[in-house]
Amino acid sequence: MPKDHGIGASPKRREDVRFLTGAGNYTDDINVHGQAYVHFLRSDLAHGKINGIDTSAAEAMPGVVRIFTGKDFEGVGGLPCGWQVTDKHGEVMKEPAHPVLAQGKVRHVGDPIAAVVADSLEQARTAAEAIVLDIEELPAVVDMNKALEPGATKVHDDLSDNLCYDWQFGTDTETTDAAFKNAAHVTTLELVNNRLVANPMEPRVAVGQYSRAGGDYTLYTTSQNPHVIRLLMGAFVLGIPEHKLRVVAPDVGGGFGTKIFHYAEEAFCTFAAKACNRPVKWTSTRSEAFMSDAHGRDHVTKIELALDKDNNFTAVRTDTKANMGAYLSTFSSSVPTWLHGTLMAGNYRTPAVQVNVKAVFTNTVPVDAYRGAGRPEATFQLERVIDMAARELGVDPIALRRQNFITQFPYATPVAVEYDTGDYEATMAKMEELMDIPGFAARRAASEKNGKLRGLGINCFIEACGIAPSNLVGQLGARAGLYDAATVRVNATGSISVMVGAHSHGQGHETVFPQVVAEMLGIDESMIDIVHGDTSKIPFGMGTYGSRSLAVCGSAMVRATEKIINKAKKIAGHLLEASDSDIELKDGMFSVAGTDKSVAWGDVTLAAYVPHNYPLEDIEPGLEETAFYDPANFTYPAGAYACEVEVDPETGKVTIEKFVSADDFGNVVNPMIVEGQVHGGIAQGIGQALLENCAYDENGQLLSASYMDYAMPRADDIPHMAHYVVDHSCQTPCTHNPLGVKGCGEAGAIGSPPTVVNAVIDALHSGGHTHVKHIDMPVTPSRVWAAMNSQ
Amino acid sequence: MTKVTMTVNGKSVSGDVKGNTLLTEFLRDDLRLTGTHVGCDTSQCGACVVHVNGEAVKSCTMFAAEADGAEIKTIEGMANADGSLNVIQQAFQDYHGLQCGFCTPGMVMSAAALLKDNPKPSEAEVRDYLEGNICRCTGYHNIVRAIMAASGQDVPAVAAE
Repeated sequence: MPKDHGIGASPKRREDVRFLTGAGNYTDDINVHGQAYVHFLRSDLAHGKINGIDTSAAEAMPGVVRIFTGKDFEGVGGLPCGWQVTDKHGEVMKEPAHPVLAQGKVRHVGDPIAAVVADSLEQARTAAEAIVLDIEELPAVVDMNKALEPGATKVHDDLSDNLCYDWQFGTDTETTDAAFKNAAHVTTLELVNNRLVANPMEPRVAVGQYSRAGGDYTLYTTSQNPHVIRLLMGAFVLGIPEHKLRVVAPDVGGGFGTKIFHYAEEAFCTFAAKACNRPVKWTSTRSEAFMSDAHGRDHVTKIELALDKDNNFTAVRTDTKANMGAYLSTFSSSVPTWLHGTLMAGNYRTPAVQVNVKAVFTNTVPVDAYRGAGRPEATFQLERVIDMAARELGVDPIALRRQNFITQFPYATPVAVEYDTGDYEATMAKMEELMDIPGFAARRAASEKNGKLRGLGINCFIEACGIAPSNLVGQLGARAGLYDAATVRVNATGSISVMVGAHSHGQGHETVFPQVVAEMLGIDESMIDIVHGDTSKIPFGMGTYGSRSLAVCGSAMVRATEKIINKAKKIAGHLLEASDSDIELKDGMFSVAGTDKSVAWGDVTLAAYVPHNYPLEDIEPGLEETAFYDPANFTYPAGAYACEVEVDPETGKVTIEKFVSADDFGNVVNPMIVEGQVHGGIAQGIGQALLENCAYDENGQLLSASYMDYAMPRADDIPHMAHYVVDHSCQTPCTHNPLGVKGCGEAGAIGSPPTVVNAVIDALHSGGHTHVKHIDMPVTPSRVWAAMNSQ
Repeated sequence: MTKVTMTVNGKSVSGDVKGNTLLTEFLRDDLRLTGTHVGCDTSQCGACVVHVNGEAVKSCTMFAAEADGAEIKTIEGMANADGSLNVIQQAFQDYHGLQCGFCTPGMVMSAAALLKDNPKPSEAEVRDYLEGNICRCTGYHNIVRAIMAASGQDVPAVAAE
């Protein structure tokens, strides 16, 4: 019987009522008295030299408050990158300046050139059209291979070339080469991991405010991590000390990584609020989002897999070019390296794994973390090359994977991480059961009867979540700690406010986090509220990304609640005239072990705040505790996914007919929310596999800059409910955090793209198109048709 | 400026609008009904769907002046008279048909329009009808389940077919 409260239950989400009645409070719903509006004049060229910006006519336009250009930001820091990667020669990465407004050059379509602040948005937009730009167009570098050619146009003139870093990681070259030399079989695959745009449905918004009275600033912004924005913007860009800067991220309409980063528009609105002595508001349009939100993925990879005569994996070697775009976004440098290279062992006990990554500057929008961030790229190439090897060797792709699974834990991979726990056989078996693999032949026959080709694709994955141990990431170049923090404030009458560093922008923390505290204290969840998203209210936590909220911030909350319980037991012991070591807490009652003496939760909390009968000589009054939690390791969710597709051989159209995910997330606090996270991730993975592509032409023009050009998954792209199961019943609890949780936010987006592509290739082979080894994503009808007819 | 008068969620309202003021701007900025959201600028995402004279309309594609004299319903007017969630809203909560909540008002308004014309839609009909509403969080699965449930259908039975 499912639980109806506490850990393991699925209570209805408490945030839903406000969202379902139009009472949410998103950043664009916030208007500050006297606010002005900013419109950014953005580059329509991919690359150009700014010879002049004449704002005189625009300044005379009605309603214009002030026009800013790069000159206004010469004394201001640039947007920082939060992770310094050291390359294989021991050199630190090239780190070009990233000004708030373009200085000297524009480097991608969408690069902000000028900012017009006016009384109304319409006036700001109209005035921007009167700005006269003298920009000399320069040749643009878009293709990464061309960007690395000697003599290529440089994105940054002060750098020697367009190579940000040349990184190598894992097994040494001699050992890796020997493994390939001794291999019985080598499978090689070259592929593209397509550039994506995260597209949370709420576009980014920023409202900057300055108070002359106290000299302090407030920024309302659409962020996944308000404290990170306060730190980066305050310390590195604008030079505002933390105590003079409040950052508020209220209801945020989805993030998926793209709202982690500190953006120019946030710094601008904060800066301009003081410069104009007026609040300044910016609301992105969707078209603007396509050219100013950091993009995701965009890797070009060659991967080789070596196997011995018994089909054991002996080595993996990868060579990837990763597009950084024109500037280094906040965590961009870490994505193709530490978030990608460390996962290249996958679920397999391959003894030699070497990862090579060249990060490249191009005249495109900066690229950074998008749901999965490096791990989808790792999984896609590894699981595609394994599938290809199985086909070349004529062996069952499930059996080949199974034979090579890691089965002993903890397991130290050749790429520096140690998996604490897992059971890949269990998720594989669960997937096989739910997918009804034996029934596939009949389903294929039925599809063929209808003139369709049917394919079965399977895939395993592992990810590193719950980032991350601060001392480890510090050694790897992170410029921040990656702990989180929670404050549990128990009020006099026993209700509780929990202030957390994690930020909820769809994940349901307001519902889930109280389940944990309620379970620990044995009180009703309705007595507990979560406070998040406002640096003036919450402790210094690092926010939500990398499936870390419960694993890291939830652990901090557990630690703080443990402190509460310890202190409450002392108070109860005093009230019951017993030793606190004899006090037990159960169902919200403190009792003396072995007696019928007890006091209720509310009696203890009231005593803490009205300490008339209280051990004041031993403990302070009040009941409020904070804990910071720094994880001992990453967590390693893993799973096995499968799907069946139908391909229409006449048109090349692919439809997903059946999909199963079997995930191991460790312990699960709220199954309903976990399943929702997986549904969302799978939809994004299906989007990457079949629909989505951020395209540039050879001149650096952004071709997909609206929903008319960028194909977002719709409801009819997702399998019907009778043929769609997400399962998380296989649970190997994380060994190093108090809840035993691993994180579930990214799994779907990591596990699904190779599943879909493997299925498409299988379908084509069943139809005799055995020359088709691979099709790059998105696997559109035209690409499928072209591949089928390429011989 | 043009003076417009319309009934919004049962109340008569009026205001002065410019010729190019969109209905969505009038609702959000003038009436402060911020439940209607703007997620794109090409009329694709559906976060701004409201009912105009009983029909689902993307309020970003209609001028406020065009709505003069019309009967408008927004997400703020969907709850039952006693303030409780109506059957569609309740189904969205019951089936976890929303995460970040940004697309949700448009989804609820579209679902209401669908069920008015087609009280017992098939799953395929629901998915087809939602072509004009994009959600990035839920993967649609639970939205479809919620709409089927709101129409009185036995969702587990549909899923078991």
